[in-house]
Amino acid sequence: MPLDTSIKTVLVIGSGPIVIGQACEFDYSGTQACRVLRAEGIRVVLVNSNPATIMTDPEFADATYIEPITPEIIEQIIALEKPDAVLATLGGQTALNAAIGLHERGTLAKYGVKLIGADVKAIERGENRELFRTIVEKVGGESAKSIICHTMNEIIAAVQNLNYPVVVRPSFTMGGLGSGIAFNEEELRQIAGAGLRHSPTSEVLLEESILGWKEYELEVMRDRKDNVVIVCSIENLDPMGVHTGDSITVAPAMTLTDVEYQKLRNLSIDIIREVGVDTGGCNIQFAVNPLNGRIIVIEMNPRVSRSSALASKATGFPIAKIATKLAIGYTLDEIKNDITQVTPASFEPTLDYVVVKVPRFAFEKFADADPRLTTTMKSVGEAMAIGRSFSETLMKALRSLERSEAIFSWPEIDVQERERLLVSMQIPTEYRLQQVQKALWAGATIEQVFSATKIDPWYLRQIELINEQAKILAEPGELTMDLLCDAKSQGFF
Amino acid sequence: MSLAYLVFDDGRIFEGKSWGATGKVFGEAVFQTGMTGYQETLTDPSYHHQIVIMTAPHIGNTGMNDDDNESSKIWVAGFVVRNPTTLTSNWRSQNDLEAELVSQQIVGIQGVDTRAITRHVRDRGAMRVGIFSSLDQSREEMVIEVRKAPLMAGAFLVRDVSTPTKYIVPAVGKKKFTVAAIDLGIKAATPRMLSQRGVEVHVMPYDSTLDEIKSINPDGVFLSNGPGDPATMSATIELVRSVLAAEIPIFGICFGHQILGRALGFETYKLQFGHRGINQPVLDKNTGKVEITAHNHGFALEAPTQGQFTTVYGQGEVTHVNLNDGVVEGLQLLDRPAFSVQYHPEAAAGPHDAAYLFDRFVELMAKKVSV
Repeated sequence: MPLDTSIKTVLVIGSGPIVIGQACEFDYSGTQACRVLRAEGIRVVLVNSNPATIMTDPEFADATYIEPITPEIIEQIIALEKPDAVLATLGGQTALNAAIGLHERGTLAKYGVKLIGADVKAIERGENRELFRTIVEKVGGESAKSIICHTMNEIIAAVQNLNYPVVVRPSFTMGGLGSGIAFNEEELRQIAGAGLRHSPTSEVLLEESILGWKEYELEVMRDRKDNVVIVCSIENLDPMGVHTGDSITVAPAMTLTDVEYQKLRNLSIDIIREVGVDTGGCNIQFAVNPLNGRIIVIEMNPRVSRSSALASKATGFPIAKIATKLAIGYTLDEIKNDITQVTPASFEPTLDYVVVKVPRFAFEKFADADPRLTTTMKSVGEAMAIGRSFSETLMKALRSLERSEAIFSWPEIDVQERERLLVSMQIPTEYRLQQVQKALWAGATIEQVFSATKIDPWYLRQIELINEQAKILAEPGELTMDLLCDAKSQGFF
Repeated sequence: MSLAYLVFDDGRIFEGKSWGATGKVFGEAVFQTGMTGYQETLTDPSYHHQIVIMTAPHIGNTGMNDDDNESSKIWVAGFVVRNPTTLTSNWRSQNDLEAELVSQQIVGIQGVDTRAITRHVRDRGAMRVGIFSSLDQSREEMVIEVRKAPLMAGAFLVRDVSTPTKYIVPAVGKKKFTVAAIDLGIKAATPRMLSQRGVEVHVMPYDSTLDEIKSINPDGVFLSNGPGDPATMSATIELVRSVLAAEIPIFGICFGHQILGRALGFETYKLQFGHRGINQPVLDKNTGKVEITAHNHGFALEAPTQGQFTTVYGQGEVTHVNLNDGVVEGLQLLDRPAFSVQYHPEAAAGPHDAAYLFDRFVELMAKKVSV
């Protein structure tokens, strides 16, 4: 199906200010969207409250409104500009919430504007936890046991059935805002109280704890002919309990057999169909129990997300660009693969390399911030590296953070210090991986580190290999070609 | 760890380290691009006499288990990887990959630049290759030995991989149909997919006769995947013609698709470097939909992709084409109940997008029964 010619003007909703959990990736995706639309001869109207973005540069839209991203203001823009369609799936949660607001005010119906990318029903099915849970069940998946609450009394009653620790997740917030894990009633009252305030619908979800499970994300694209492709699988090195945005993540997934990966793939496809994201990308997150492989579907984002930006860079599959093309009528087999220029975009990228993303924190700038990593995102940026092995890529990514503390080092560590490290790594913080590396260096076993962190032993072994290489390098003698090559391929520089 | 060499018949040599069993082994060089599923690849009989180069950099992470084998043993002739794991991590793992390679005497090589090797095969085409592990031979001697190894074109390999005697995979639940599956190198996933649909599968040796097939009174005949050159399969091609004449429904995959195609009078040809991976986009011409499919083939069918074609069994058409390179990926007869695909609807390893083809086979048999 070629271009939908009924669309002459599109209103693109940007993502607004840069905050933790929503940074420049949505400027990137929104800019891509504007480019694609204009290249197709479509008039682009843009609203974004943040003038310090690329997308608000004059050449990206035909009309740019630097205005608050609220339904009230956007309604006035719609009245003035009379767009045929609104594209809200590339501006993060802010844009998606604004689109829902426009629908609820009746603005879309009043002006005859259609929502392209994902419609209101799909957004609600994807974002509303109760609706989403029903969908997961319908396609044969499993969600974590949970209870929806609207008041503190309901919350205290619900926890009797779920036991501590319990996960608190407010509905309709971005970057995991207001969510957390409570180990006792005092913490629960604090976290859930904030969650109730942050949620636009005063709704929080209490959930059985899947702390320590393996965490995965799949990036999925679907077109109006119901073709679906998985762009990328991403594995979190940090197990469940640390927000994806704060986790070290790896693409492709490293510790799944094909049987397990295909289960995640099938669930992703069934979910995107059932949610009804007709065109565009979405991101689905899973937890896998490392002891028995039980799969829990955590959530989906019916829009381009932070992980989409990572998946695009990791694979060369431009998700934002293709999502926009799908929204205006094209199908995946009609779009050319950006890299080959001859084969179609209806394929699944395969990598002969490894991609690692590491988060960049700035706790020194937030003196009162709790340095523990939880399900609320705290990082302010990230660095991504590409290499031919996990260890090489990890070392490159850590160097790219431009923090000397992040780079592995091999000092002498006594037994007491090793034991201290094994204790402190139980609580995830900015430099947990460096604690892991040093503990292994000091002779801690993979079993010990695994039981303290639940980081998959495969990754721990890779770090151990880096340590072994460091030891060899420190030995006196000639730096031979073989030794140099081995060291380079382990990420030493 | 001693040295090992990957030696191509055009004289190019890659130096790596020994891995798995030591010694020497020869085969056709092919590369596999799947990021998961090395266990299924190793145990897939279609890789008989092939040395498989994995493009994914880390291999062996999840070990080996008893459930994911596609046959009773490892079939690849040799295994080429960049970075094999030294620690297995998966709750289902029962053995380390390297330990399994050693116990089944499979020669491997590690620490080679698999990207450079893959590019070499892409540019020069699939060719003979040898792995020489922990041996003391000169480069010239190794190249000469590789050049003495048999070529894949013209290779008749089905005898090695086919079951010597018939066995039955019972239907799950109520039995609805009986299928004679001609074993040309069948994978365990295929009878499983059929049995889940109420089919009792009689897996039969490749040289079964029409009378032997008819003796089980089958509702359909399935032609499996398998190794070797389809042009060498004249006896099986004749058998397929007699099944077509008897109007028994036929479903062929991979090698079976090539054999059905040849039975209809088409030629097969050798692809430059083949399709081996789990991300190939295939267009179903009748529905316009794209499915992501698992592939493992070095040969392909030459048939007209536009409009219908005429055979002695009536009109037919190409139903599926590969969107990457236009290769014929599926065909069907319009007047007789027969169809086939070049790819692997049973997946294992690979996406399950094409599993509906087994339903289509069941529907075809149901239609035949109700007539």
